[in-house]
Order: sequence, then structure tokens, then C-alpha cells
Amino acid sequence: MFDIGIVGGGAVGSSIAYELSRFNLKIAVFEKEPDVIFGASGRNSGVVHAGFYYRPGSLKAKLCVEGNKKIKEWMKILNVPFKATGKILVAFEEEEVQELYKLKEIGDTNGVEGLEIIKGSENVQKLCPTVGEAVACMYSPATAIFSPYLFVIALAETNLLNDVKYFLNCKIVEVKRENGNFMLKDQNGNRYECRWLINATGVHCAEFSKMVGIDSYRIYPCKGEYLLLDKALAPLLNMPIYPVPSKDVGAYLGVHITPTVEGPITIGPSAEYIEDPEGYETTPEIMEQLFQGGYKLWPYFKRSDVIRTFTGVRAKPVPPGDKTFYDFLIKEEESVPNFINLIGIESPGFTSAPAIARVVREIIEKKEKLIPKEKFVPASPRKERFEDLPEEEKQRRARENPEYGEIICRCEKVTKREIIEAIENPLGAKTLASIKYRTRAMMGRCQGGYCLPKIVEILEKEFGYKPEDFQLHKEGSWLFSGRMRKND
Amino acid sequence: MTEKDVVIIGAGPAGLACATRLKEIGVNDVLLIEREKKLGGILNQCIHDGFGLHKFKETLTGPEYIERYLQKLINYKVEVLSDTMVVNLFPDKSMILSGPWGREKIKAKAVVLAMGCRERTAGAIWLAGSRPAGVYTAGVAQRLMNIDNYMIGNEVVILGSGDVGLIMARRLTLEGARVLMVLEKLPYSSGLPRNISQCLNDYDIPLYLKTTVTRIHGKARIEGVTYVSLDDEGKPIPGSERFIRCDTLLLSVGLIPENELSREAGVAIHPVTGGPIVNDTYQTNIEGVFAAGNVLHVHDLADWASMEGELVADFAKRYLEGSLPQTQNWIEVKAGEGIRYVLPQRISGKIDVNLLFRVSFPARNKHIVIKDKDRIIKRKRVINPHPAIMENIEVKRDELKGVQSLEVMIE
Repeated sequence: MFDIGIVGGGAVGSSIAYELSRFNLKIAVFEKEPDVIFGASGRNSGVVHAGFYYRPGSLKAKLCVEGNKKIKEWMKILNVPFKATGKILVAFEEEEVQELYKLKEIGDTNGVEGLEIIKGSENVQKLCPTVGEAVACMYSPATAIFSPYLFVIALAETNLLNDVKYFLNCKIVEVKRENGNFMLKDQNGNRYECRWLINATGVHCAEFSKMVGIDSYRIYPCKGEYLLLDKALAPLLNMPIYPVPSKDVGAYLGVHITPTVEGPITIGPSAEYIEDPEGYETTPEIMEQLFQGGYKLWPYFKRSDVIRTFTGVRAKPVPPGDKTFYDFLIKEEESVPNFINLIGIESPGFTSAPAIARVVREIIEKKEKLIPKEKFVPASPRKERFEDLPEEEKQRRARENPEYGEIICRCEKVTKREIIEAIENPLGAKTLASIKYRTRAMMGRCQGGYCLPKIVEILEKEFGYKPEDFQLHKEGSWLFSGRMRKND
Repeated sequence: MTEKDVVIIGAGPAGLACATRLKEIGVNDVLLIEREKKLGGILNQCIHDGFGLHKFKETLTGPEYIERYLQKLINYKVEVLSDTMVVNLFPDKSMILSGPWGREKIKAKAVVLAMGCRERTAGAIWLAGSRPAGVYTAGVAQRLMNIDNYMIGNEVVILGSGDVGLIMARRLTLEGARVLMVLEKLPYSSGLPRNISQCLNDYDIPLYLKTTVTRIHGKARIEGVTYVSLDDEGKPIPGSERFIRCDTLLLSVGLIPENELSREAGVAIHPVTGGPIVNDTYQTNIEGVFAAGNVLHVHDLADWASMEGELVADFAKRYLEGSLPQTQNWIEVKAGEGIRYVLPQRISGKIDVNLLFRVSFPARNKHIVIKDKDRIIKRKRVINPHPAIMENIEVKRDELKGVQSLEVMIE
């Protein structure tokens, strides 16, 4: 039996597990996908928000400001790449300048540090030399960029060292109460028992809550499409550029242009309500809108700079057209004791995740005393990317280990050693996308054109994969229908 | 640091031809670098025939074509470093090599870029819809099937009518897959006419022109595509959307010269060819750095890439000897009306030059005209100019006397 059952292994679920694994608790994380970064955790702008968009006093405001500091601390401890770039919100029309002042006031009230209004195109360009012709901007030094998937992977791998159990490919399909505990059943009929149950299912939170017996929430999935631009442009963008937020969709920050820590640049997201909580599709019309919107902020890219498009889905608790402010909902349900619901955790949910985890811990602590573990491991060992090492060190390692000499992904310069370590990841995630997120192989401008067959070869020759074992991401995403000819 | 007279990066048809030719003309201190274990580049996976008609006057498969060069390479004792990637190239012609043997920096007096090209991807063409498994570029599919022995799917739609896609349509059919259709957004195929005939028509595979995919369906494995007809401006015609079920989508939507290393070294790249800007000695803007084959511009035939490699060998030798034509007054060569690009982009006027170019649109019974301002220097009739077919015109040194600029156009 587990003390804590967390359903959903993404940023929020894994942060909660990290927070609780400091104590003598038996923790299980149930993730329906074959890896922890296939949901919203791997599909976002990769921005640590400062907290000036949200109504003062709200959970979003408090947890975002708290999370901003905390997630940076965690990333330092976990050795996850982030860059304290700051960001600017730019006004292109005089009437938008008023909006900047309003946001600054909100931000100041929320305790966001260092917000500054800067007037005049020249002054704006001193901060960000490549921004389009703006009349003014608000500068937020507390905003940062980070690698969202490496963060979640680092959390999960650390959690494993602290005896958190991760169940991948494990979709909870039934929850029953027995003797005051929760009895969970997954899609394969396996059963799990836990004393506390935490709903960290993101866009599926209403559905899961219903499974536990509380049918009072609704989620309206809202899609955000992105364009991803070639990292060759990286030197031309030093920080995220955001517009003044749109008023058409509630809590929508507008199409922004954001550098990533690895180099490529994202443009997006859009905001369209859809039916399917996993409708990760891109559409020609929206891609065109993103291109136009991005170009206004930062006129430095061409159509041919796009290397990939992708989509995330927000867990919005309000229907289309409803522009009222709504907050995160984090509470233990009175009617189902020990069931902690997290509803509507959309942006700034990722930034807030460490603070959300603190709130969840306090809910539990109200009912029971948590005893700190004697040996808590703060971080799993994480290596630097080989490509980021000094040349001398690269040569030394390549001399010692041939696997460091062999470059598998030419675009991102990923070595065979790194591919093998990703294949051997402690979570046991076995998909090609798992290797991609961990190493950046297949993520560059040729999108696996060169390295995919090489990775396939490694999996076959060194890990004994058969044709049917290759899976791109989700269950059922087979790569090969078989062999062309019988192997001798 | 090791220093070589000539380092050739890439041992495909261009690099191999360049290396062997260098030996034949007496340049001995040559290093040929190949990132794969086997030499030959993409030709290793091209098991169909049709290679060598121009170079060897017979039709060969890709591996057979390569074999001709490998024999010479062995006979000439060319120094080869395979399984080795050039990870950085610097403006001073030094470079960092990496392979299972280790990693080190070397230097060259002359560098021949012969890295070939890569395929345009789904992201690069803004392909909309979901991101399931089963969307392969044609060349990757070819490699997975012909080298790695994997069957990639059963019900196949091919987007784009590039040559690799056409070859794969036939290949997949022969292996028992059903190739349902080939879609091409242009009003004409971007592949060679002989491939349309031999790979599609012979197998009753339909080719739909002015048609493209607007949506990929399926979350895990691809389950189908929506495709639409396009009007004369290339815009989707409303109401023309149709759905077809498939488990594989192959993309054959263009090749891009692979110039990441060149760019890093500071080689100027031409916006249309995607390859280095070169002069009539195939030298880039960096002295002693030459380019040949698909890294320079995408060729129709491996034979042309090899011939370019040989040509560059001669110029590299002359560079080492200090006998390349010198000039302060380069003649710029412009692609005029109806011409997509012309190579080389600048000429000295001191040697004969073979101008290579592609037309922008298919046409019939036209003339190619080469002009210096209003003065016609040369005129040549072309029966069926087609963007898929590279054309050429030789211009002799004598014809270039007094020429200030050159423009190639179609009339």
C-alpha cells in the first residue's frame, strides 16, 4: 500500500512527489503515457513566469511569484538548464501603454520584483535590440527561460532515488473507496491501494475527479499551436518578447516569441477551444496567424526557418467567451477525505508547480505529521551535454571512450554515449521520443533524417529491439510493420 | 596538428570522384573523410539502377557505381577516414574530426566541401495535423528499407513528386505495400520524366498534380490524410477536401544542400541554391575552400555530381600550385527571366566556363539566351525545358572578352 498516490506524472505530479519524498512516505506516481513529458509538460513556451498577469490575492498570483523563486532554486539543485533572460512586454500603440501600467501595478502588488516601464523605441531596443518598432515596454527581470522537459525528467529521476515508484503506461480507469483507502485499477486490471489520492491529471482533471465521485468540475480544452524556428537564429533574440495580453480569450498571454535554452525559437501559442483534450493538431490558418503575429514582434525570420510545429492543450475551467478571472483550485474534497483535487492548472501552472506542491504538502500536514526522511537525495546526477564541454575535454573523453567520439545526431551534435544513457534512462521510458527529449537527437533542423536510422541501429544491435518494439511516443505509435527480409 | 594538402569532406559521388581525380593528376597528400562506415554516401541505399549512364556509359545500381570508385581508391591508395564526422570547420581551414577512434583538430591547405544534401521535413513545409508515427521522408524510408531491413508500412500516400519519392513508390509496391497516390502541389512533377514513367505509370500509381495534404490524422500511428486541390495560385480550393486512409505518409518535398559546416566557416550561401556562392573555379568566398556535388546545388544525376567533383579536383590542384586565374573584376552571372538559378555565380572571364542552370517553369521550344546588358553572347534552343532537368551552356574564354556582366534568360 502507498501513502500517497499521485495520478499524472508531469510537472505538477512530479513536483508534488519531489516535495513529499522528503518525508517518510510511500509514494506512487501513475502516468498513463509511456513517459512523463508527453502532456502539457512538454508542450509549452518554456518560460518561468514572474506573476504580473494575475489578480492580486489569487492563488495564481501567490503561487506564481513563489514558484518563480522556487523553481529556479530547484533547477539549480537539479542541474536543469535555465537562463535568467528577463522578458519584455511590448506596446505597439499608445493605448496599449496604459495596459502596461496596469500590469505593472498588478505585478508590484503581487510582489514581482524589478518591473520597469521603458518608453521610446530606442530604449526598448537597448534591452532587446531586435524587437519590432515598439512605443514602450515593460521589462520583467524575474522572468526566465528553461527546459521544461528536462526539468520534469530531472524531478522524476530524482524521485526514483527517493523511492518514489513511477508506473508508466498506467492509466487509472477505476477508483473505489475501501476501508477508508483508495483502490485504483489501471487499464490492464492491475490494482493499487493508497491512503491519499492526488489529482494531477492536468487537462483530464475534471474527468478524473468524476471517477473519484466528484462531478462538479468542467474543463474546456483550449489548444495552443506553436512554430519552432531554426536555432541558427538564436543569436538574434536575447529574451522572450510578449505582446500586451489579448482580451479576446480569458487568461491568454497572446502570441509571443521566445528563445529556448537549447537555441531554437518558439512562436506561439494560439488559443482555440477544442473538444479533444489531446487534440494536438496544428492547422494551416493558425500557423499563418502565428507567423504574422510573431513577425510583428520580431521581424527576423523567414518561412523557411520553421523546423517544426507543435501544439499544447490548456486545462481551462471556463467556457469560450467567459472572460472572468478564474483561479487555480487546490483542495482536499470534503466529501471524499484524503482526495486532493487540482483543477484548472493551466499557465502559470508550470512555474507554480513547486508552490502547488507546497500547498499540497500543507493540506496533508494538517491531518498528519510528516516525518523527514533521514536520507533525502536532492538531485539525481545529471551530466552536461557533451557539446557544451570545452574542446579539450571533449577530446579527452573521446580518446577514453569511443562512444564519445561517435556523433549520432549531427544537427545537435549528440554522441553515441549520450544516446545510450538516454536509452538506459532510470524511468524505463522506452520510446524514441523519450530519447529525443533527453538528448535532443531528432530535435534539430533535419528532424531525425540523419540520426533516426542510427538510433534504430543502436536499439537493434545493442538493446535487442525487434521491429515491433520500436515506438515513437504513444502506445500504438509503431515505426515498422516488420522485416523486409528474414535476417540470417 | 596534422596538415593536409587537400581534405575532402564527404565520400559520396562528388567526394569520391574528386579524391580519385586528385591522385590521377598527381596530388598525393589527400584525405577523404566520410561520416558513415561505408563510403559512397546516399548511393549505398540507392539499389535501383540508372546510375553511370553518362560517366561509365552503362546503367548501374548505386552500390555498383560506388564500387567503380572504390576500386580506384584502393589502387591509388587514397587516405580515407571513414566513420568520422567533421564537427566544426573554421575559416582558416582547420577542422575538428570526431569518430570512434577519438577526436582531433587537423588543418588543410585546400578543402573540398562534398557533404551532399538533406531532405526537407514535415515541419519545414508547415505540414498541418497531428504528429503520429509513420510520417517518413522518402530518403529515410529508403535507408530503413534498403540498408536496415525494416518495412515501414503497408498503405502509403506520397506527398511530393521528387525523384526519391518516385523511386520509393516503386520500391514499396515491389515489397507488397499499396502506394495509393502521389500528390504534387505544383502543376508539374518535380521528378525526372523517366522516373514518372518507370516508377508510377508502370505500376498504375496515380499522380495528382496541384494537390497537397492539409491535415495528418491519427494520434499514435498515422490513420489517414486530408488532401485538397489547389488553384492556379497554389491556394486550396474550398470544398475540394478529401480524406484517404493510410498508415504511412512519405515526404518527397525537396532536398536542401547541407551547409551547416560551410556556414560555420563563413562560406557565403546562395539564397536560391542553398549552396555556396562559387566562382568559375568552384571556389567559395573563402580562398581554398571549394564545393562540389549536392552540397553546391542539388543535381539530377549522381554522374553530374561526380563530374563536378573531378572538375574541382583540377581547380584544387591549381590552387595548391598558385595557378588559378586571378582577377579583380569578377563578372557577376545573373539568373534572368524564367531562370531559377545559374552556377557559377561569378566568373573570371579567363577560362572556359560551363554555365549550369535550371528554368523556373516547364515550357516548350524556347531559347536560352546569354547576354551582357543588351548584347547577346550566346543563344541555344531548348526543346522541353523543365525545372527538374539541369541545363547547361558552355561559354568559351574568347566569347567572354570585354564582358562586364552576364545574364541567362529564357525567350
